[in-house]
Amino acid sequence: MKKTIAAFIAATALAGPASAELVFAGLDYRTGPYAPNGIPFADGYADYFTLLQERDGGIGGEPIRYLTCETAYNTEQGVECYESTKGEGVLVYQPLSTGITYQLIPKATQDKIPLHTMGYGRTSAANGAVFPYIFNYPGTYWDAASVIVKHMLDVEGGSLQGKKVALVYHNSAYGKEPIRTLESLAEKHGFELSLLPVDHPGQEQKATWLQVRRDRPDFVTMWGWGVMNQVAVQEAASIRFPMDRFIGVWWSASENDVIPAGDGADGYKAVTFHGVGDDFPIYDEIRRHVVDTGKAAGDGSNLGTVLYNRGLVAAMWAAEAARTAQEMHGVSAITPEMMRDGMEALDVDEARLAELGLPNFTVPVKVSCANHGGPGKGMIQQWSAADRKWSIITDFIDSDREVIDPLIEADSSAYASEAGITPRDCN
Amino acid sequence: MIYRETGDFKTSYADDQQIFPIAQDRFAFLALMAVAFLVVPFLIDDYWEKSILLPFLVYALAAIGLNILTGYCGQVSLGTGGFMAVGAYSAYKLMTAFPSLDMSLVVITSGLITAMVGMLFGLPSLRIKGFYLAVATLAAQFFLVWLFNKIPWFYNYSATGQITAPERFAFGVPVTGPATDPWATYLFCLAFVVLFGLIAKNLLRGRIGRSWMAIRDMDIAAEIIGVDPLKAKLSAFGVSSFYIGMAGALYFAVLFGAVEVGEAFGINASFEVMFMIIIGGLGSMMGSFLGAGFVVLLPILLKTVLVDGFDLGTAFAKYIEITAFGALIITFLIAEPHGLARLWAIVKERLRIWPFPH
Repeated sequence: MKKTIAAFIAATALAGPASAELVFAGLDYRTGPYAPNGIPFADGYADYFTLLQERDGGIGGEPIRYLTCETAYNTEQGVECYESTKGEGVLVYQPLSTGITYQLIPKATQDKIPLHTMGYGRTSAANGAVFPYIFNYPGTYWDAASVIVKHMLDVEGGSLQGKKVALVYHNSAYGKEPIRTLESLAEKHGFELSLLPVDHPGQEQKATWLQVRRDRPDFVTMWGWGVMNQVAVQEAASIRFPMDRFIGVWWSASENDVIPAGDGADGYKAVTFHGVGDDFPIYDEIRRHVVDTGKAAGDGSNLGTVLYNRGLVAAMWAAEAARTAQEMHGVSAITPEMMRDGMEALDVDEARLAELGLPNFTVPVKVSCANHGGPGKGMIQQWSAADRKWSIITDFIDSDREVIDPLIEADSSAYASEAGITPRDCN
Repeated sequence: MIYRETGDFKTSYADDQQIFPIAQDRFAFLALMAVAFLVVPFLIDDYWEKSILLPFLVYALAAIGLNILTGYCGQVSLGTGGFMAVGAYSAYKLMTAFPSLDMSLVVITSGLITAMVGMLFGLPSLRIKGFYLAVATLAAQFFLVWLFNKIPWFYNYSATGQITAPERFAFGVPVTGPATDPWATYLFCLAFVVLFGLIAKNLLRGRIGRSWMAIRDMDIAAEIIGVDPLKAKLSAFGVSSFYIGMAGALYFAVLFGAVEVGEAFGINASFEVMFMIIIGGLGSMMGSFLGAGFVVLLPILLKTVLVDGFDLGTAFAKYIEITAFGALIITFLIAEPHGLARLWAIVKERLRIWPFPH
């Protein structure tokens, strides 16, 4: 009881009055088995807001306040973070965890706070009619699955008939997301899909890769995260699986995932939706305003890594949505609900990207009431162990809308009827 | 001087045998209940509900369950997470199969289903003891989690294997789903904890509880004086799993609304509840509550103080939190191996003779 009282005093004493600032929150994880992937993303996400604050004094003249909360990729702690920060007027949450996303979808909708689950979370949230507060642009897991399969088709010269594809996945809501799409695609293209689950946290995968060695699939695709990625790449290398036939989702595609395997990882591929490296004008500004002034969220070593770039692009879309919301509503101090309107009207084209110092960095995104999932395109990147860097090897590949759209429609309407939601009219 | 029993005369056996024989304890308990039922519901907000009080209540219920089995009957169990999963998935299946069923019945029925599963996995306890039994229950833990991951019927064939609680009512008030009021879910859980806490306390003071303790203290001696080990052990597994199952149902349906079996009910959950009863005190009702409070609230308190109070980085604070938590467990156990409940009892003893210790 004494502890409760102390916690209460501490909590009330520190909760200040709401002020006219734009509040953004990073639900980070810099600890635990998912930290290798959580840290660069958190750095990129925070640094972009620091850049806007230091260089422009915020967004549209309104200062930015950036909160952080450590979730350790754990659902319980993620919900605690959400509950403890939502009173501060956070404009948008980016939990970077499919498990936490599933928890927050009903809560955030109830609290009228938008959630940007960029390329993760519940795929069918792309249907904005059913999920007005949830956004997953620029693409979903199902888009990623489809892009990967299209790349396999390219490699095989247009047909996957009779081929074998194995999915190595994190045995959680996250890893299970693509199964439905891959099953439909397997039917359409005539390949045989085998499912190989890996339990949290994924350090033990000997049995999984033994099975890969026995079945000899033509391709392996992976939905992994955290330590699981490194282990899988190492195991694949150790059974001498041809790495250019091992294709990860965009969450299994960072430097930290391939470097531990050394030369064995050479040729490993993954899908992505943004550029690689730090050869973009914005990096000069980040170095000048953020890193050199000692205001960087991390130690500055992650600049230009895949997940740092991903945090950057996530923050860029959030800031652009806030700017859009400010223009739409004519006020600079926007509320989470106005932020939602801004996200739904978000339109970041190539010209705008160039203005922001990110030319050709990512796919142009245009969100609408009905489509919260964005264009759903992806590129394939490949790892070169000799140069220790990723390079993009394809153009943007469109996902297979004729397979994905009916699946999104079916899953979101199932959710709507289960949760008693009447879909909005988006016309 | 302040805390004493002088002048508190008992004139009947009933008086003498009540749960709180000292009048001051009785009043303190009633006052606590009055605050919990009549004051807190008016003050509670989302944060207090979802992050502090509900986790405390749910884990307290689970800790009572495990304490019955391990603390009172001496059967070591590492299957708590698995049994909580049985409760959660039973609740989910009941909620979706019978939408009009009242949530209180759903929770109790989930507890009963878990009790049956618990008795099934308790059967090996008739032949094996101690560490070997711990390993057998560990098998239950892994088997149950695997089962709920493997068989799609349990999660109604959802694409992700997650189970999500639809909106359901208890006595006409919504207690599950996103649109619940904090006071409703709080009172719902509190009612379960208080009611079943009292039932457990009375079970433990009675014939059944004494037979469990006899088994714990020395099973052969207990058998000689006429305690049936089969009945005692299986009833301990049943009652314990009943509580743990209810805790699992509340955890899923009321507290979180959506769970993933591997993450929520993994081996970590088993260890967490076990830490609670070890830190709180084996074989003590008070210990179940103190242990749950310690394990649930201390990390949040440390986080609040370190991050908001001292403005440390979140990752650094997290590492300090983990370290401090471990250090505190060791300190407490060295200072008092019988747990927080024993410390509490010592404080009470001292207070009774204070300020004249001789």
